[in-house]
Amino acid sequence: MKSGSNLEKVLRAGHFAFTGELGPPRGAHAEEVRKKAAHLKEKVDSVNITDNQTAVVRMASWAASLLLIQEGLEPNYQMVCRDRNRLAMQADILGASALGIRNMLCLSGDHCQFGDHPTAKGVFDIDSMQLISMVRQMRDDGKFLGGTEVDGKPQIFIGAAANPFADPFEWRVHRLAKKVAAGVDFIQTQCIYNMPKFREFIRQANDMGLTEKVFILAGITPMKSLGMAKYMKAKVPGMDVPDEIITRLQGAARDKQAEEGIKIALEQIAELKEMKGVAGVHLMAIEWEHRVPEIAERAGMLPRPKV
Amino acid sequence: MIVAKRKPFDEIMDLIKDHKKVLVVGCGTCVAVCLAGGEKEVAVLATELDMARKLKNNPLELESATLERQCDREYLAQLDNRVGEFDALISLACGVGIQFLAERFPNKPVYPGVDTCGLAVNQDVGWYEERCRSCGRCVLGMTGGICPVTMCAKGLYNGPCGGTNKGNCEISADQPCAWNAIYDRLKAQGRLDCILELTLPQEWKDTTPRTLIQPGYKKPEKAKA
Repeated sequence: MKSGSNLEKVLRAGHFAFTGELGPPRGAHAEEVRKKAAHLKEKVDSVNITDNQTAVVRMASWAASLLLIQEGLEPNYQMVCRDRNRLAMQADILGASALGIRNMLCLSGDHCQFGDHPTAKGVFDIDSMQLISMVRQMRDDGKFLGGTEVDGKPQIFIGAAANPFADPFEWRVHRLAKKVAAGVDFIQTQCIYNMPKFREFIRQANDMGLTEKVFILAGITPMKSLGMAKYMKAKVPGMDVPDEIITRLQGAARDKQAEEGIKIALEQIAELKEMKGVAGVHLMAIEWEHRVPEIAERAGMLPRPKV
Repeated sequence: MIVAKRKPFDEIMDLIKDHKKVLVVGCGTCVAVCLAGGEKEVAVLATELDMARKLKNNPLELESATLERQCDREYLAQLDNRVGEFDALISLACGVGIQFLAERFPNKPVYPGVDTCGLAVNQDVGWYEERCRSCGRCVLGMTGGICPVTMCAKGLYNGPCGGTNKGNCEISADQPCAWNAIYDRLKAQGRLDCILELTLPQEWKDTTPRTLIQPGYKKPEKAKA
């Protein structure tokens, strides 16, 4: 056991993991975090707390993570390379571990241009791959990136993202291999809509022996509406929404589109549960936390294992 | 070469609003090639300033000079006997030239007439694209001759990120993804092994002012005052 996090225990015990996501508020109201968290409690094994997602300023992910711990949930603390240099990152990693945060997701971060401070300077002192390696070094070797000794190693289960759908497709599995070599423990993928492409990605990962070295959680975001599907297809970089998804949602009456979106997600989860090399599902129900209990129930994910 | 873009006219007007006699100094090298600060652009700016100040009933005495290079003492020296009569100088050289001019004449306000925009290639007349951030740790050998520091919007050393969008960068459909291009080129050359290994964190060299002394040369003794 590297961190002793609930997520790590669930995965190592061989259970099919189920994680959720929570975006911190654009203000100082702790209550908003607690409200969203209440929907997720005991429905997921760990909750990703996004870090200034889409480059929009929000409550610090470590702070919202701490609120989650107070509420009895386990956070997966996201950290992007866009907003802090290696000193700040290492300081935050130590602080996170000291506060009881046991999972971390290492990300590059969306470019500042997308957010509410488009002219901010992106830091990118190190990249997500190097961040994984840095956390691993601090945890396993007890050394800071600069080489000096860490007095009190952080206990962190190290996560990262993988996007099987962004170009160049044939390189994506090699990029996954690089993350594994850098020391990642688990992967959460980009939202999957193109299942044939995802199957192919997992087949490649299986063939390279990667799925024996890293837990892969497949990313699922239920479509709330046809408009959302069209937006994601056209506007979200690196997102692959096949026409079949659009067609299915078009076939549903306007007030039934959300239900159709959930149905698609449930079908995907059912297939993913059986897919060799997939260790769990990461449910990103964006601003839809209150629907997670129902989705978890209908996906047969409840009750969550106690480990 | 170094490329620059002329500052907005109103900004230049504002910079010199309190001066009555100004020397506009151009540079005949990079900024002349990129059509921002050579002899012709100096003449245009001087004419514009002259007209604008006349219209404001606040005439400005203007002269101009374009040196071969403002980053070289030998050429700056040509102005030694000339600047005394002016209240201020406007330089249309790159940031390097502007500073060297200001250093040469420390008692005179020196104003930038251009914004220096980077190290760029000449795609066509008037069209320049940045290619180098002069980071001081060139990795082009491993990246197929495409700079990830400059051409990747996140400066990633282990790209591509998840935002690659049909071969383009997440920031714009007009900006090719550097890492997608790196992949394509290395693949075509049969050299993908170059990027299979983790590239370690960069030891940044551009965080303090850098001095370069080539082998066989040394810094001269402090010149006698």
